[in-house]
Amino acid sequence: MHRTKVRIVEDALDANNTIARANRADFDRAGVTVVNFMSAPGAGKTSLLERVVGHVPGVRVGVLEGDVQGSLDADRLAALHVPVTQLNTDPSFGGECHLDANMVRSALAELPLGEIDLLVIENVGNLVCPAEFRVGEDARVMVSAVTEGEDKPLKYPLMFRTCDLVLVNKIDLLAHLDYDLDRFLYNVDQVHPGVPLMLLSARTGEGVEAWRDWLAGVAARSHAGVPA
Amino acid sequence: MHELSLSGAVIDTAVKHADGRRVSLVSLRVGRLRQVVPDTLEFYFELVARGTLCEGARLEQELVGARLRCEACEREWEIELPAFRCPTCGGADVEVVSGNELEVESIEVEEAATCIAQK
Repeated sequence: MHRTKVRIVEDALDANNTIARANRADFDRAGVTVVNFMSAPGAGKTSLLERVVGHVPGVRVGVLEGDVQGSLDADRLAALHVPVTQLNTDPSFGGECHLDANMVRSALAELPLGEIDLLVIENVGNLVCPAEFRVGEDARVMVSAVTEGEDKPLKYPLMFRTCDLVLVNKIDLLAHLDYDLDRFLYNVDQVHPGVPLMLLSARTGEGVEAWRDWLAGVAARSHAGVPA
Repeated sequence: MHELSLSGAVIDTAVKHADGRRVSLVSLRVGRLRQVVPDTLEFYFELVARGTLCEGARLEQELVGARLRCEACEREWEIELPAFRCPTCGGADVEVVSGNELEVESIEVEEAATCIAQK
């Protein structure tokens, strides 16, 4: 028995990224724009989707709902009469804390790609792992609720750095919190200078028009062949 | 916590290149921007490797510093904290020169002792 060194030099996430590119190619062929929607648990992803998915002007929206277990969020969105597909990481994928390209690939056949223009993939609530694994998206959107504190960009820089839009949710609670919004904005700017950012409240509806218009814009841009 | 997911990706990459041979060492280059805790990655690596060709293999990690380069003023600098604006000109168009690595550099595999002299 002897030992041989094998030189590899390969990114450990290459395998995931290859499948993500295959997903992206399939979505492109179907003319569907894909948004990877991420946040910590309880930041308000589902509520922010409930506010907009039924009425993005000129865009038919579908949702792929990623959860470790259950279909609570999917049921809420299905009540709005938009196509929702549930993807649970628990039974088949060992209860993973994020979606990866292979999980999304496994759900492709169930997605009504012919009936939608925009697919929002609601990732598992987590600010760490979802940032590492591309799933074939055109754009990444994250939610950071003001109840989470203003230091989150510094604690989870990969998530804040890799997203194309930051939604700051629950601003109706600002009056009740010791949250320093300017400090948060400064921290975001340190980690991802220039990233577009919207202040809104899923509860009161303040600011949700801008979020809805952004979705309409990203769908239109991507269909025009311009990368988001 | 992401060390669990990442250790799976590292092991899959090593096994793919092992070609059925047992792996005794995995050498990994880890950029500082990946926010990987080396001890935690090692812990999960040992756990996730069980039942694979990497079972019992040693994980060697080389940490790579985070270096940025400003496209506007061409300054290049190393960062400790996640601050991505150029400290010289305040520019936002900054390229990551190094620090994003999560690269399986090499593996060491055990070859069966097929002695040419016996043939």
